[in-house]
Amino acid sequence: MKRREEMNSLKNLERLKEEGMNSLFPSRTKIMVGMATCGQAAGAGEVWQALNKEVKKRKIDVLVVKTGCIGLCQHEPLMDILKPGYPRITYDRVTPERVGELLDGLVKGKFKKGIMARIDQEEFLLDDTGRRYNKGKIPAYLSSVSPYKKLPFYKKQMRIALRNCGFIDPENIAEYVAKGGYFSLAQVLKGEKPEKVISQIKSSKLRGRGGAGFLTGLKWEICRNADGEERYLICNADEGDPGAYMDRSILEGDPHSIIEGMLIGGFAIGASQGCIYVREEYPLAIERLEIALSQAREEGLLGKNILDSGFDFEIDICRGAGAFVCGEETALIQSIEGNWGEPKPRPPFPAISGFRGKPTVINNVETWSNVPAIMARGAKWFSGIGTGKSKGTKVFSLVGKVCNIGLVEVPMGITLKDIIYGIGGGVPNGRKFKAVQTGGPSGGCIPGDLIDLPVDFDQLKKAGSIMGSGGMIVMDDRTCMVDVAKYFLSFLEEESCGKCVPCRVGIRRMREILEDITSGRGKKGDIEYLQQMAEAVKDGSLCGLGKTAPNPVLATIRYFRDEYEAHIKEKRCPAGVCKPLITYSIDSENCTGCGACLRVCPQEAITGKKKKPHQILIDKCIKCGACFEVCKFDAIVT
Amino acid sequence: MSSVSDEKFVDEIVKKAGGSSLITILQEVQSRYNYLPEQVLALLSKKLEVPLSRIFSLATFYRSFSLKRRGKNLVKVCLGTACHVKNANNLLEKAKRDLNLSDEVMTTKDLNFTVEKVRCLGCCSLAPVVLINEDTYGSLTQEKMSKILKKYA
Repeated sequence: MKRREEMNSLKNLERLKEEGMNSLFPSRTKIMVGMATCGQAAGAGEVWQALNKEVKKRKIDVLVVKTGCIGLCQHEPLMDILKPGYPRITYDRVTPERVGELLDGLVKGKFKKGIMARIDQEEFLLDDTGRRYNKGKIPAYLSSVSPYKKLPFYKKQMRIALRNCGFIDPENIAEYVAKGGYFSLAQVLKGEKPEKVISQIKSSKLRGRGGAGFLTGLKWEICRNADGEERYLICNADEGDPGAYMDRSILEGDPHSIIEGMLIGGFAIGASQGCIYVREEYPLAIERLEIALSQAREEGLLGKNILDSGFDFEIDICRGAGAFVCGEETALIQSIEGNWGEPKPRPPFPAISGFRGKPTVINNVETWSNVPAIMARGAKWFSGIGTGKSKGTKVFSLVGKVCNIGLVEVPMGITLKDIIYGIGGGVPNGRKFKAVQTGGPSGGCIPGDLIDLPVDFDQLKKAGSIMGSGGMIVMDDRTCMVDVAKYFLSFLEEESCGKCVPCRVGIRRMREILEDITSGRGKKGDIEYLQQMAEAVKDGSLCGLGKTAPNPVLATIRYFRDEYEAHIKEKRCPAGVCKPLITYSIDSENCTGCGACLRVCPQEAITGKKKKPHQILIDKCIKCGACFEVCKFDAIVT
Repeated sequence: MSSVSDEKFVDEIVKKAGGSSLITILQEVQSRYNYLPEQVLALLSKKLEVPLSRIFSLATFYRSFSLKRRGKNLVKVCLGTACHVKNANNLLEKAKRDLNLSDEVMTTKDLNFTVEKVRCLGCCSLAPVVLINEDTYGSLTQEKMSKILKKYA
């Protein structure tokens, strides 16, 4: 009992902080491997195993730890070496075979070439300080290595929500505390009035990062003032937009930031129970969350009488079961209650009547992870970042046809050009940038000539898209916009819960028209018909899924009408994607006769002698595209 | 027909269930059987005193539940947007051709493979991606896909 009382005091946080600092700045060499899902998919698991094996075999005195995703997914697996007194160095694209060589370099004090970047100091965003890793000057062998903040990928980024991802061990609460974590909570619980916390969040002008962009503080206030004794709080981690994975990265890389955000939110609205609804496709996120929750409980930061303040709060995890519509808040509540996820009409909004009919606040992962930072640095600091009505930063997953694929966090108001070219390094293989898709299936495509558009909630809306949860899919001239519209509609057709007829039938009908257009059966008037249907689906649907479903179609018609017309009038797919409208052939000028296409063709439809241009036999070709994939000389044309 | 072990399993999860939701219970059933066998659902309905129709409505609404027996190896072809623009559909078609499957039948006769579509695994830097059981394969072409499938044959 005595230990428990001891733990519940602020002293415990200070002890954790010290422990965490020792772990962030260890007296022994520390090797970190980026072990988020993206890293593991790229082979970090094998690197981790090889590293542990080699360290044991060579009897080297080093710490080997996991960390989250630092954002540069394209270069994974990433391995960092932090030698006491020296800058932290990052190796990219590490393979298990390379591990031994890198360890040899470490032992001999000769670091091998191929260091991607160096990190000179650990940033403490919440305290607005930094602490250098190296004592004295940067050693000569590192002077030509770029500091990571000067890499084009990081130069324009500002990491608030992702502040700890890739820097701390997500399975070690002490490191989170060392970075200033849970001190915002302690400060709030020490004597702040709940109303004061709400007014802080309100004046920071933080808007929900899940898609709709509602003012977070206002939502909290409505919930606090709603009638009823019990209140609930939910973290929406049902990240369903294809091409968006920032929430997963925070869950896996910095789970405590979400827990702390929820604790502060719970105190502000007067709730004692919270729930994190996680997509079941994120097993690692669930695992790390479970670890984090039990650590927080152990340290008296979760459960009864938190930090001796009399405040009680518990958090449960609820696993989704694969339904996109459950990202919609009323459907999500249905799902937590054990029902099928069918949205309900709003009003009443969940803040008035939500889980079990009680006032409920729902915010998404990124929103929650911003909360401790706002409490630590103040509303003024936060609202000083960004544009008129969009404050702070936004995390985007920059993916598709772009050189540097990864997670980026930028201040609101930065231009698309800065993101796609500055950070992303432009389109690979010298292809032409055509459009960028934002907002997932509810969003739209922004064409290349609007590249100077500043990115915030309002500007994206004006351009016919939305911010959404932050997916940013770059498309080049080999992406067919009609096909993209069809893709999103077929996604939504499968995911519509079926409650509203305009959504259930309307989306299917629209998809069928697009199917016709992309199969060469399009006719005059189809575009206008699509536009008409779009209005009906928008007006007649209850929830956000149906109301926004036509957006990808409307946006692509708005900016790429000529592509629709080429499909309809000329029965031609300019991007060479729509199978019924293309025939593959070989450009004899580019063909070197290497035979790669001939070997992969499942139909034996390609003939030709070695080192002589090949041909495709149209009658045999099934248009599987295998030859197109393997040709290195751009000789397969459509 | 339900067996004795089915009955024992259902008794256990019903006892353990307490306040947890029906979805959580179904997830447990699926993690044991790899799908939701009809006889187990019938048993659940009886023991939990929940109409079978309600259990079926959940089992058919949520995509992760399967009422059909699935293969030993679960091949999930990612069709997220990033994978889509990198022609992931060709991979799906290739897997179907290699394994002799159709839109209606996505499990091989020998119950070795089930092929499913999945919307975004969140490793977009490796697009197009396929997840087989717990292993992720990235930057795939149809040629590589065939070779990988053979490893699991």
